[in-house]
Order: sequence, then structure tokens, then C-alpha cells
Amino acid sequence: MALARIQVPKEAKRGELVTVRVAIQHPMETGFRYDNMGRPIPKNVINTVVCRYNGEEVFRAEMGSGISANPYLQFYVVAADSGELAFDWIDDAGERGSERVALTVVA
Amino acid sequence: MNKPNRSRRRFIAGAAAGAVIAQSRLARAQLAIQPLGPLIEKLTNGARVNEGRVSVDIPRLADNGHSVPLKVSVASPMNEREFVKTIHVLSERNPRPLVAAFHFNPHCGRAEVVTRVRLNGSQRVHVIAGLSDGSYWSGSAEVEVTETACLDAT
Repeated sequence: MALARIQVPKEAKRGELVTVRVAIQHPMETGFRYDNMGRPIPKNVINTVVCRYNGEEVFRAEMGSGISANPYLQFYVVAADSGELAFDWIDDAGERGSERVALTVVA
Repeated sequence: MNKPNRSRRRFIAGAAAGAVIAQSRLARAQLAIQPLGPLIEKLTNGARVNEGRVSVDIPRLADNGHSVPLKVSVASPMNEREFVKTIHVLSERNPRPLVAAFHFNPHCGRAEVVTRVRLNGSQRVHVIAGLSDGSYWSGSAEVEVTETACLDAT
């Protein structure tokens, strides 16, 4: 599904604070809008974004219609072991998306 | 002489009615400020909410309510003993007051999140942070929105 851009540094020192930036392409339809025929457009937002670091959940966002279109999130993760950051999200229509980013931890 | 006059009156009456309808639509889009107390109570299970430790960073003046940058950070250590578990962002004027909930754990290292929110008019944005020890802290920031979200162009 939707296009996503995820920015994580390729390398980090152990214990370093890593900035994670996520931008997902999605209209985040509020359910309050009408199309040009006057029919209401159903609400459809990405309701959950989960970030797992080597399989363990580190961050979760539950979003509503109050989050702008093409949602952007920035948060932090402490670098522990080399591995991957996995991002999974789902919208109200049940469409899922996911993205994986490798992170190398140097001692 | 009479006939054109009548149609003119009808036109004026119609225009006035149209203006009234447009006004009421605008009024509906610009929701009144609603009390957040009941929602906060539900989120915290009735626990006491202390003021402080939460900083809400939002522009004082936002041109476009469809996308307002928001940064929330909580002054708290992030270790196994003490960390921030949740951050709830609440809006006084949005049709759905709960904007978002963010869940953290000690692996985050810092209790901070940046995102972009929709705001339906000028208001105070409230943030409630839940800590691992069961305490709740709150912070808020005033924002002036010139063009509100939710006001549909169609």
C-alpha cells in the first residue's frame, strides 16, 4: 500500500539515542468531508503505527482524524544491538503497510 | 410595476436565507470549546493529574489548521524503574477530541514525539502523560489558528 519514507541513521554507537523519522503517504480521511456529488466520504485514517526493534515493540502510535494527512512521526530509540527496525501500520479500511530498516550498532 | 418588485423581494429574501444558512454551516464547523474533563478522567481512570513535566511545543500562530507541527516531550528518566508509558494529545475544539495516543517504553530513551496535527480553530492543546509509577502529568499550549481544518471547501 501506501508509500512510506523512513529515516534512521545507518550506524549508531551502542547506547546512543537514534532519531527515527517516519512519513507515510495517506489521505487520513476525517469522515467529515463530502465528495462533489454530496456523498459523505467515509473516515479512513491510519489508526495504528507500531515500531519494533529486533522483534520487540519500542513505540506505538494510535492516531485519529486529528493527525494531518500524510502522517509524520519522529521519536527515539536507544541503539542496543545490530538488527532491524520494523514498522507496521494499518488503516480503518484494513489496509496494512510495513517497512524494514537495518541499523548497524558499532561498539 | 408590481411584478418586478415582487421578484426583487423574492430574490432579496432568498439571498438573506442563503447568508443565514452559510453562517450556520460556518458556526457548526467552528465547534465551541468543549470541556475535556470527562475524557481525561476516562484516560486516567480518575487518577489525579499533576500539572508540569510535560512541555508542549506548538507554534503560537498557525496559518493552516490542516497541518500544525507539534512536539511533546516529558521530563522523565527512561529506564526500567521509571519511564513514560503513554502520551495523549487532546484538542478542545476538534470534533474528535482525542487526537492521538503514543505508547513508549524504556527502549525509547527519550519521551518525546513530533508529529503534525489538524486543529479546528484557535484553542489550547492539552497533553496528558502517564508514567510507569501510575502518576499522570499534564501540559498545554495555546495556539491561534487562522484557517481551520474541517471547514470543507466543497
